[in-house]
Parts: sequence; structure tokens; C-alpha cells
Amino acid sequence: MRIAVLLKQVPDLVEEFEIDDAGTDIDREFLTFLLNEFDNQALEEALLIKDATGATVDVVALDDPEVDQALYTAIAKGADRAIKLTGANGDGWLSTHARAAVYAGWLTGESYDLVLTGVQAADDLDGQLAPMLGALLDVPHVSVVVGVEAADGTARIRQEFAGGAISELDVSLPAVVGVQAAGAEPRYAAIAKIRQAQQEGNVDEVAVDPPAAASGLTIRRMYPPEKSDRAEMLSGSEADVADRIIALLRERGLVQG
Amino acid sequence: MNNDVFVIAEHSDAGLTDATFELLGAARRLADAWGGQVVAVIVGNAGVAGQLGSADVVVTVDAPADYTSEAHERVLAGQVTSRDPRLVLMSMSTQGLDLAAALSATCDRPLVSYVVGLEPDGDAVVATAQIYGGKIMAEVVVESQAAICAVIAGSFPADAGRGAGSPAVEAADAPALDGLRTTFVARHAPDAGDVDITVADILVAVGRGIGGEDDIELVQEFADALGAPVAASRPITDNGWLPKSRQVGKSGLKVKPRAYLMFGISGAPEHLEGMRDAELIIACNTDEQAPVFDVAHYGTTVDLFDLLPELTERASA
Repeated sequence: MRIAVLLKQVPDLVEEFEIDDAGTDIDREFLTFLLNEFDNQALEEALLIKDATGATVDVVALDDPEVDQALYTAIAKGADRAIKLTGANGDGWLSTHARAAVYAGWLTGESYDLVLTGVQAADDLDGQLAPMLGALLDVPHVSVVVGVEAADGTARIRQEFAGGAISELDVSLPAVVGVQAAGAEPRYAAIAKIRQAQQEGNVDEVAVDPPAAASGLTIRRMYPPEKSDRAEMLSGSEADVADRIIALLRERGLVQG
Repeated sequence: MNNDVFVIAEHSDAGLTDATFELLGAARRLADAWGGQVVAVIVGNAGVAGQLGSADVVVTVDAPADYTSEAHERVLAGQVTSRDPRLVLMSMSTQGLDLAAALSATCDRPLVSYVVGLEPDGDAVVATAQIYGGKIMAEVVVESQAAICAVIAGSFPADAGRGAGSPAVEAADAPALDGLRTTFVARHAPDAGDVDITVADILVAVGRGIGGEDDIELVQEFADALGAPVAASRPITDNGWLPKSRQVGKSGLKVKPRAYLMFGISGAPEHLEGMRDAELIIACNTDEQAPVFDVAHYGTTVDLFDLLPELTERASA
């Protein structure tokens, strides 16, 4: 069984976002980039399948900002091979349509049984990768997945619905899966192992053609949400803030005394 | 392409979803502006067609009762291609996350995801999307081309889509559903859980900012002092730190307590969807730009590790 996990870097959402001069994209210059949290879940699910079946796990990424760190970390966690597809990224945002086209082209020459990636990412303005890729490759795809058990030629997949209901599905392989949550909390990689992976430098770079596909969207402007109804901020020491919060609850009869 | 607006209706065990009616209300404005019809499409459950009174036309297509992405995609792609509406509206539910991007590829239509606002602009649709975890709004236009929009639940009033008209109901032929590679096996209801967070007066909710499983206890102590259950955002239950029955938001439960106290929750749209109607919302998050402060009534950037012991002490007094 061969598994590919597609990884994408997204800006750290904790940071302050600024809009570029054109007003149509975020300014990436001072942002930190991290692995999309759902891609991390997808990687964990793949490693769990590896633990259970001895599958090989390859991690694949485009040339996103600070992506090497994510690839080395994946190796340190137990991925067998890291592949970086270069030549597709421009300066700014790369649409999901473009990403899907690049991956579909590359995957067509490979022979993976399962392709896992995160169910969504914070910048998926033109849609989610897994279903788009499934459609382009004409293989079954399932998203919002919380468990994958793979055997020869087939996988039993747990798909989550609103309120926590779960569907169990059987799909024939190859298939593309959009992972919401792995069966276990994503494992940590020891710093020493990440360093070792870095020193060995085993990221295979593969040049690909720039994507022909585009999102078809015209972004007129980006802006931070209007702050008209923002919370009244409670300031002061933690004791002051605690006093205020308890008083607010007491006014409503939600705290006795 | 014609000027119609498709609404992909969704139903759960409890009937048509609220999101379906939200989409119908949004579709009406657009269809009226374009001189088209609102066409509700319902796959595999024709019995609910009568509830879609605010549509002009209801299209029912036969399909297996149990949802699979593959069968539904084939059915919907057939309808979108043959009827060719200007716009297709779907909800960003599990089905939306499963299908919207696949239909975008299959039907060669641009897709706007995470949509919270829709306006007609001549023949085009202008969609406002909420991206980067709610920190940035993107105003997007699809020029002179048929499009798909996947809409975040709660973005439009459901009442606007609950009209009592009597639309024409058309039973469309289902496409051949042979050769499917996805088989439905079973459906499992959610675990009932130890506590029903939907009936509590106060909820103390914890998110990723708590950092580790061991520190959940800090939140639990404050909740205990208030006599309130602990609720959680998705990362906490995904990690198994609290049971799924405590999860608030899109893939969890919708709650409306008298007070919702949030610790270390940034306020991703998926979470806000489940709690924004709480009577009093107080949020503690060290990031003053966190979207949670857009829905909270009161907020603080004091560190939750400093604040929680103080709160517990006062609530226990």
C-alpha cells in the first residue's frame, strides 16, 4: 500500500493580517507560515495506517513558504519520503484549482493507493483540494473523514456529519480522502530527529509545469471584518477582570451570593 | 446558461436543514434581480418537496437514501449541466465540503467557498467570503460565467426562505448509478455523552489556547464552581481531550445558553456557528485580533492561565 499525503503551508492565524497595496490579497512578507492543521491530521492518519499495515507514506508539497520545515518534520515523524514539486508557485496565493491541477498531473504518473490531505485550509477561497482532485483524477473521494482503515484495494472510511453522526463507507482504491481528524492526536517529532532529517536533506525536488488552471475568480478587494459590534474589552489585572466577569454573571443570577 | 439559481437542499434525520432555508432566502434576491427562478434540487428524498414553498421549482431526483459523495455528485452534476443555472448555492456542511469543489471541477464552474454574503451585480454575482479563520473578508466576483457558491451556515436568515408557496415539482430522471466505487455501510448516531450541553444555563468552553490535555482541569475547576458543564471547540475533541458530546459548532452541537464563557477559542466560523445566539458571551483570548471578539459581548486578553484560578476562587466563594 502506497499513501501520499499532500501538505500545504498556511499563514499562522494568530498573527496580525495586513492587506497588500493593491487591496486584493494579504501581505505575506511578515507572516509566519505553518502546516495546515488538517494536513497535519491527514499525516497522522497516514502514519497510523502505516503503523497498522506497513504501508509506505510519502509527503508531497508545492514550494510554499517555509515548506521544508513541514517536510522534514514529517520525515522525523516517520514518513518514508518527502517530495517537493517546484515551479508551480508564483509570488502570492495559489488557488486550489491550480494546486489540484498540479497534483492531478503529477499523481497521474504515480501509483498511490490512497491520497490523504486536510479537509480544508484557511485560504481555500476557491474550494477544497480533496474533492477537486478526486474529480480530476476520476477516483472516489470522501471528505470530513475521521478514520481510515485500509486493506488490499479497499478502505473503510468514517465520515462525520453535523452533530457528530458518522457514516461508514467502503471505497475502492485508489481514492482521495479529506481528513478532518486522525484517529489519534498528531504525534510530535523529536527536535533531534527533525534536525537529522534537515541535515540529511532528503527532500526530492521535482520540477513541474506552472498550472494551466485558474480559479476563475476575480478578487475585488480584501479587508478585515468590520469591527462595529466588537466586544467591550475588560482590562486591568487578572483579579480585576475576574471581578468584572463574576459581576456580569451575578447580575444575571448565574452566580449565587 | 439561464438566470436561475439552484439551491441544493439538504435533509437530515430531523428534516430539511436550516441552512437549506437560508440558501432559499438568499437565492430569491438573486433570482429576482436576474429575472430567473429559484430551483430547489433535492436528491433522494422527494417527500420533503412540499416544505420548499419559497422555491419556484422543486426538482427531485431519485437516489439511494443513504448519502455518498459519489452518487450525489453524479446526480447533481447531471442537473447542473443539463439545466445550466447561473448560480448554484450549497451549504458548507459535510455535503458541501464533499461536493462543491468536485462539482466545480466536473462542471467547469468557478467556486467561491466560505461565503457569508451574496449580491447581484448586473449579470454577475458578488460573493463575500470569510477566509483565514474569519480574519479577512474577500469580495469576489465571477464575471459573466456560471458559478457555484458554498455558503457558511448562519449567514442568511432562514425565515426568508420559509415561504408557503406551491412550487412546481418536477421529478427528474436519475442518471445511471452503475459502477459506483463508494458503498454505504452503516450510519452511527452520535454518542449520547455524559452531559447534555444544549440544556445548560452556563457553558464554560475551552479551545486550543489551553495548550495541553492536563490543563483542561483548570477549566473544569471553574466550571465545577459554577455548576456548569465544560464545552469545547473542535481541536479539543479531535484530540480526545474531551468527549465529542461536548463539542460546539458545525460538526458538534448548537447551543444557546444564558452565558457562554470562552477560554482560548479564537472564533473560527465553524465554532461561532454553534454558539453565536448565546445571551451573554465572554471571551478570553490573548490575541486581541481574534475573530471571537466580533461575536463576544465582553472580552479580555488576560492570559487564561492567570484568569481561571481567579475566577474559580470567586465562583467558589
